[in-house]
Amino acid sequence: MLLLDCPHCGPRDENEFHYGGQAGVPYPAGETTDEEWAAYVFVRDNPKGWFRERWFHVHGCRTWFTVERHTVTHEIRKPG
Amino acid sequence: MTHPDFLWRNPDPRPAYDVVIVGGGGHGLATAHYLANNHGITNVAVLERGWLAGGNMARNTTIIRSNYLWDESAAIYEHSLKLWEGLSAELDYDLQFSQRGVLNLAHNLGDVREGRRRVNANRLNGVDAEWLGPEEVKKFCPVVNVSGSARYPVMGATLQRRGGIAKHDHVAWALARSADGHGVDLIQGCEVTGFEITSNRVVAVRTSRGRIAAGKVALAAAGHTSVLAAQAGLRLPLQSHPLQALVSELLEPVLDCVVMSNAVHVYVSQAHKGELVMGAGIDAYNSYGQRGGVHVIEAQMAAALELFPIFSRVRVLRTWAGIVDVSPDASPIIGRTPVDGLYVNAGWGTGGFKATPGSGWVYADTIAHDRPHPLAEPFALERFTTGALIDEHGAAAVAH
Repeated sequence: MLLLDCPHCGPRDENEFHYGGQAGVPYPAGETTDEEWAAYVFVRDNPKGWFRERWFHVHGCRTWFTVERHTVTHEIRKPG
Repeated sequence: MTHPDFLWRNPDPRPAYDVVIVGGGGHGLATAHYLANNHGITNVAVLERGWLAGGNMARNTTIIRSNYLWDESAAIYEHSLKLWEGLSAELDYDLQFSQRGVLNLAHNLGDVREGRRRVNANRLNGVDAEWLGPEEVKKFCPVVNVSGSARYPVMGATLQRRGGIAKHDHVAWALARSADGHGVDLIQGCEVTGFEITSNRVVAVRTSRGRIAAGKVALAAAGHTSVLAAQAGLRLPLQSHPLQALVSELLEPVLDCVVMSNAVHVYVSQAHKGELVMGAGIDAYNSYGQRGGVHVIEAQMAAALELFPIFSRVRVLRTWAGIVDVSPDASPIIGRTPVDGLYVNAGWGTGGFKATPGSGWVYADTIAHDRPHPLAEPFALERFTTGALIDEHGAAAVAH
């Protein structure tokens, strides 16, 4: 089980949290093609390595926050 | 009958092949088998980073069924089930394919409505399906707790009698032996590290064992598809997650069917050897680590004990995880890619084992003719742009 460092509550077990997927996905600006819209809705990075992602402290303070986690080792670090 | 020392050769890669399949799991081996058997294409290599069928093919819970909701899914999974029904004979190998029946339990009114709808949809598509009330469930599977006071009351179940299990290792070995017998090179310990693309056409793969020229390149790498596609400059709508499973110690025969429950996220069968095989839902986060959280296993076992109080003293022998590539609509992605000569077969998520022969069949046909097989056409990458999704989150049976 991951130990996630909530910015408000401190380190808590993973099962207090809800996973939110890739962090920092921008809403497309201006006119978009179907391809650009599909990419925004359906396509996310899926790296083998460090990944910036969102977590939601759903069973705690209900804060959304960003962490960097390694998708092989599961090591967690504060986002740079 | 004496068993041969080796069922396939262990060749070094040659400099060029007509078709290079990336991934030596069930789907890659089935694709090689059908390329040779159905299309006479035998100048083929299957490249496997580790050892043959050592990824998800060795980690799944071996459940086979075709009771999906939508027409497109019913067609491809039913095609696969029909192939399973003849596969032991076709491959001349006992796959221990056992059509013992698959129950999908309903625990609330929503489940009941969804289950009955799915039974009707299945029957309209020629897929065998029945709706059982609680007493009929008890009769079919006596060890399930159907009492009204159960934490997860059993309000009925769908039953596909033609569904069941098979011995995953035997499937891989038989497909590998067949492909090898047709002259296909199965190359283990060979990691693909890049693609050579000229004028938007793939011409070769770079590997840990050198450059291999290829007329066509077919990805069949499950959880690692995104990593490979990125080397070809493609971003695919896939996310890789751990999917955990476990087995118990060996028991006398106690459960002679497959029991699945969407609502409580557990699916159970008893392998021929005697161990109970259970699967969980995916771990929520992206991972390539082939392991997940203990709390996911704990929740799954808690649900299993509510459904099967008789298992309360059974010991867990081991747990593990495989990396599954999940698509946004819980349906696979099969077909051509924006790069000419490069094909993708991915996104089977939590349910790829059952599709092994069907997937190989349509993928081989797609590669051989450079156009989608009719059963694969709805599963093309373009559906995420057109919006023609095939939403199987209900029938996929595992939370995505």
